[in-house]
Amino acid sequence: MSGVRVLVGTRKGAFVLTSDGTRQEWSVAGPEFPGWEIYHVKGSPVDRARIYASQSTGWFGQLIQRSDDGGRSWQPVGKEFAYDGIPGTHQWYDGTPHPWEFARVWHLEPSLTDPDTVYAGVEDAALFRSTDAGETWQELSGLRGHDTGSRWQPGAGGMCLHTIIQDPVNQGRMFAAISAAGAFRSDDAGTTWRPINHGLQSEGIPDPEAEIGHCVHRIALHPSRPDVLFMQKHWDVMRSDDAGENWHEVSGNLPSDFGFPISVHANEPDTVYVLPITSDSYRFPPEGKLRVYRSRTGGNEWEALSAGLPQQNCYVNVLRDAMDVDSLDECGVYFGTTGGQVYMSADGGDSWDAIVRDLPAVLSVEVQTLP
Amino acid sequence: MIRVALPAHLRTLASVSGEVALDIPGPAPDAAAVTLGMALDALEERHPVLRGTIRDQATGRRRAFVRFFACQQDLSHESAEFPLPQAVAAGAEPLLIVGAMAGG
Repeated sequence: MSGVRVLVGTRKGAFVLTSDGTRQEWSVAGPEFPGWEIYHVKGSPVDRARIYASQSTGWFGQLIQRSDDGGRSWQPVGKEFAYDGIPGTHQWYDGTPHPWEFARVWHLEPSLTDPDTVYAGVEDAALFRSTDAGETWQELSGLRGHDTGSRWQPGAGGMCLHTIIQDPVNQGRMFAAISAAGAFRSDDAGTTWRPINHGLQSEGIPDPEAEIGHCVHRIALHPSRPDVLFMQKHWDVMRSDDAGENWHEVSGNLPSDFGFPISVHANEPDTVYVLPITSDSYRFPPEGKLRVYRSRTGGNEWEALSAGLPQQNCYVNVLRDAMDVDSLDECGVYFGTTGGQVYMSADGGDSWDAIVRDLPAVLSVEVQTLP
Repeated sequence: MIRVALPAHLRTLASVSGEVALDIPGPAPDAAAVTLGMALDALEERHPVLRGTIRDQATGRRRAFVRFFACQQDLSHESAEFPLPQAVAAGAEPLLIVGAMAGG
């Protein structure tokens, strides 16, 4: 019988939530790595027993953990993320040059084809790859070395590379997104990169249509249609129909187009989920009501999904890596909040229930659909 | 032999309980010549998982929120060449590696 494993990274450890395919009864295991910040936990799509986790604290720095048995046991692997060559500088908040300094791994993206290959998006923004199951890491420095790199600036949370997407159809094509530099695309397996921000408009930068400087929060695609990208930008929900060459806004009737995560239904490429947040100043849901919004039309027309979610006095946030879907016939949707709840819908978002309510603040939610 | 006391997170990471006892490598070292750097090198040699958690792997600099105490002295700002107190070098007192109280 099929099952689901939900990998949850929190401010104080990792948790593994499991259920069978009905998704009615859940077991909660953890915390793994108690007391450590777990920015991201993600499993290999080709070997579901292989899971990678990013573990860090301000005291003791960065660790990478790997599990080869579906999260039951873990071993620390390589944690040296050395920038390629002489790192140079990017812009600091005050506009002055600032040396690139490794802070942490925000995102781990296992290869679509090889369980021993995994990508890491780090702060200060750079892309690393391991081909030995996390033992050693090498920078794909063509991204940071792009002509615009010295002009990239951090967002409020640091200059993080938070989104890594491998195109499952067009071999060698990858997407990455950096706060607050924007979106980038490689067509040669990560060797060279170029910005793909045409059509983005960001009022918070001197030239709203600049080539770089956009605070992209998250990008998502459906694997069957990888030229269509959906983006939650700092403000604005955006769509591209040409692999990022051009973007247009699809915020439509959302109550706010500020937010962090964005996900695509596993079985319906035009069904998209966002979680509107009031504003960048408030960072909690509009009207204190926690609502996922779903578009079945690839954007512009959105419906509120609130059944089972708190509709009063709710002031949590949902971070960029904290929403995902499973790939069962009736697509399950999952998200975690800064209040420690992990909500799940087994019917595509029509109704919701909390799997667990009192975890530490949730940083990431990734779902593995098990055979 | 010297003794090193680790903070709880690093004990967990290194899978040790209590203090770590370390033989300082080298031909019959003069106890008085055991330096802070030698102690940290020996600790990381014994427990490679600790590399990078106490001091930066590339620069060797102490991580900002890690402190080194011994015999009621703060050795945090001393260089790797700083000789540990005689009582630590002789194993009578531990070298304390401490996670700074920070974060409110």
